[in-house]
Amino acid sequence: MTQPSLRHAGINLGGTQEDPNADAESGIFGFWMFLMSDAVIFALLFAIYGTAVAATAGGPTPRSEFKLDSALIETLLLLTSSLTVGMGVLAMKYDATRRPVFAWMGVTLALGIAFLFMEWHDFSTMFSHGAYPTRSAFLSSFFALVPLHGLHVLAGCIWMLVMGAQVLAYGFDTRVKINILRLSLFWHFLDVIWIAILTVVYLQGHVS
Amino acid sequence: MQTAHSPIWPGVLGRFTWHDLPFVRAWENPTASEMIGAAAASLVIIGFVVTVTLLTRHRAWGRLLEWVTSLDHKKIGIMYVVIALVMLSRALVEAVLMRMQQAAAVGDPGFLSSDHFSQLFSTHGSIMIFFMAMPFLTGVINYVMPLQIGARDMAFPWANSVALSLTGGGAILMMVSLVIGKFSTGGWSGYPPYTGLAFSPDVGPDYWIWAVTLGSIGSTLSGINIACTIFKFRAPGMTYMRMPLFCWTSLCTSILMIFAMPPLTVATALLALDRYLGFHFFTNDLGGNMMNYANLFWLFGHPEVYILILPAFGIYSEVVSTFSSKELYGYVSLVLATMAIAVLSFTVWLHHFFTMGQSANINAVFGIATMTIGVPTGVKIYDWIWTMFRGEVRFTVPMLYSLAFMITFVIGGFTGIILAIPPLDYVFHNTLFLVAHFHNMLIPGLLYGLLAGYTYWFPKAFGFRLNERWGRIAFGCWVAGFYLAFMPLYVLGASGMARRTHEIFQPDFRPWLYVAGFGALVLLAALAALIVQLVVSIRERDANRVFAGDPWDGRGLEWSTSAPPPEYNFAVIPHVDGRDPFYDGKRKDGYYQRHVAYGAIEMPRNSISGVVIGLGATAASFGLVWHMWWLAGLSMQLVLSALIARSFVRGSHRTISAAEVTATEHRWHAALDADRPTPRACELSQRNTGLAEIPA
Repeated sequence: MTQPSLRHAGINLGGTQEDPNADAESGIFGFWMFLMSDAVIFALLFAIYGTAVAATAGGPTPRSEFKLDSALIETLLLLTSSLTVGMGVLAMKYDATRRPVFAWMGVTLALGIAFLFMEWHDFSTMFSHGAYPTRSAFLSSFFALVPLHGLHVLAGCIWMLVMGAQVLAYGFDTRVKINILRLSLFWHFLDVIWIAILTVVYLQGHVS
Repeated sequence: MQTAHSPIWPGVLGRFTWHDLPFVRAWENPTASEMIGAAAASLVIIGFVVTVTLLTRHRAWGRLLEWVTSLDHKKIGIMYVVIALVMLSRALVEAVLMRMQQAAAVGDPGFLSSDHFSQLFSTHGSIMIFFMAMPFLTGVINYVMPLQIGARDMAFPWANSVALSLTGGGAILMMVSLVIGKFSTGGWSGYPPYTGLAFSPDVGPDYWIWAVTLGSIGSTLSGINIACTIFKFRAPGMTYMRMPLFCWTSLCTSILMIFAMPPLTVATALLALDRYLGFHFFTNDLGGNMMNYANLFWLFGHPEVYILILPAFGIYSEVVSTFSSKELYGYVSLVLATMAIAVLSFTVWLHHFFTMGQSANINAVFGIATMTIGVPTGVKIYDWIWTMFRGEVRFTVPMLYSLAFMITFVIGGFTGIILAIPPLDYVFHNTLFLVAHFHNMLIPGLLYGLLAGYTYWFPKAFGFRLNERWGRIAFGCWVAGFYLAFMPLYVLGASGMARRTHEIFQPDFRPWLYVAGFGALVLLAALAALIVQLVVSIRERDANRVFAGDPWDGRGLEWSTSAPPPEYNFAVIPHVDGRDPFYDGKRKDGYYQRHVAYGAIEMPRNSISGVVIGLGATAASFGLVWHMWWLAGLSMQLVLSALIARSFVRGSHRTISAAEVTATEHRWHAALDADRPTPRACELSQRNTGLAEIPA
């Protein structure tokens, strides 16, 4: 492999930055590109939601279904988890012992799971009102957009467990570090998407 | 009561019935149409059995496994091209069948049922785009681009293998649809609500959805991989403006893939939600809106056109410059034109549905944007012409394809301008005029380009030149066949003949349909000539070896290695100080510098997990098509497990020892020393052993 001469500004591979940066540079860069194409998917689902939000076909409407209080709690859970995942990465950079990394990542995982439970609760409340995705185009587009974000969070939680197992197996070798960095990027990305969901779906639904 | 139409064992086999086998259908209803279906299914089965037998007899399973688990960008590239050529053969035969049907069906039902005819145009389009064009160009980029930028592999060799197996899985699904069940009748664009549950409850659209989805996920991965490789793995001194033009077009194509494949994934996923879970995105009732599908699909579909065409533009740039022995004219303008096309390609998707109810002003904006793309494309044509001007043009097969392209593509461009004018599009849309137009763009703009690239780089990949005579015959047939098959369609389209017509009631159309049918046969002959060329070339390989690696007096770094290149490509990563580093370098003394000893090199080890993921995803898709939920569930778990297991693998690289590298390099240098340099006049003779003579 050629050794790229630049160091990636965002890579906290080690306190002194003397670890092999070559793999990290392309590895992280490639992950950014993946996030970009994932962002396109979400952007399109937002667009579809925008065209379908009025197509309630006489069924449940945004105003009747969306609860701002649970959306607020979910937002706080996710934003806090973004802070803790960031702290976990900093702990990996400056400490590189297992305990603080596990502690921060454990908190992140717990917040992620709590978010998923809250979201599931929201969905089952909607189902109990007869707000199924099969009811109207509005609900179809809602249930394509928001649960897809939820599935991403679930994938992030599974990924976190896998990374925990890898830390136990290999310690903090370069691949583990790169993958934890990617995981944290992924997690922040989900935060960004959630902010858009909060704005476009929940807040807009409430004021409309 | 059990009939051929009732599910056999719903818990296990889902909705499969005996009637889903084309043999049973042909037995019950022995019409020509059903017999052709059964024969096609038999061909798939026979092909499979013959392949398995040959592999067993030659004890080649180990070598096959060695290939499919390889992470070497060169092997992956070759496998992509093999998929493309196999799928090309099938889709071309389907095209011939359609032409024969239309020629036979003037005032007559013809020999194909309308349902069968619809399946044929759906598979023909889907295969040609997703499983011929996409794997072909991805394969060529995979093979050539890392060599051109002086890299040893792609940025993500393992993701490369996953992308290949996903694409291969989609192709397998297309082949399976010939044997079990039937394919969609909704065309390659699969417009709902027709492809929704209400109008197409059968398995056809599901085959289309999952095959295309596998292909599009594979292409997204490839796009990320290609772009990252070009951004991060260029050899020292290979600045952006020194990259060969093929790398520029690969970069633009890969960026288009990253942004344009997700809309397709969204379109097929939402259509799947409609069909499987009763959502209402594109249905006629409860607020569904099929215009969302049209927008999503063409938001992918138009950039896709440039995903297909840009790599061919890159190949023409390489070929024209090499075979004119001249520096590429207007390099900077070609780069800018490529980037301009890539950006503009996202601004024109609406011209695919001018007639679907937008206001005239919106149509005007998109019509003008469409015509704007003609400007950078025109710049490119002039640049290639100026490259040839006062050059020493050698009319080799790749050069012939380039010349045929320039003339034919310009004609296609003119008809594109006609279609870009909304009022005219109202007249021509949905007629054979459109069919003629896009074949007029894609056959010269994609197929000729990739065939030129195939002929041009084949000696690099396999170490011997392709037979020139059969290459010229194939070229002649591809060009004559194209004009015969598609020029009549312009006339027919302008006379009002609708596309996808199963039966024709206008006797005046008959002569044109005969000519087009004859043209299709000539195209089939072109494919046959291509196969003969390959067989003849393999037989005569020892007389045409070019181990020294530079049969065409090439310009880029890819020619500076042996043919075929060693696994590690470059024993020493080259330093680049200009636009044609190898062409200029070998004109200075001591370019082929032999080192006394070389260092050890790390290369990725083979991995089975990519194949497991690809085949798992294919099995899951098959399960979803047939509602075999257990199969879908188990296969998805397999995919997930393979993904997680791979992330635990350490030591995924093996070291090629310094001694081995030194021995390989010294063997090559010994050949270089022994070779007699070939003057350009003899480059098509057996004297060409791959060492170019440098004229004084």
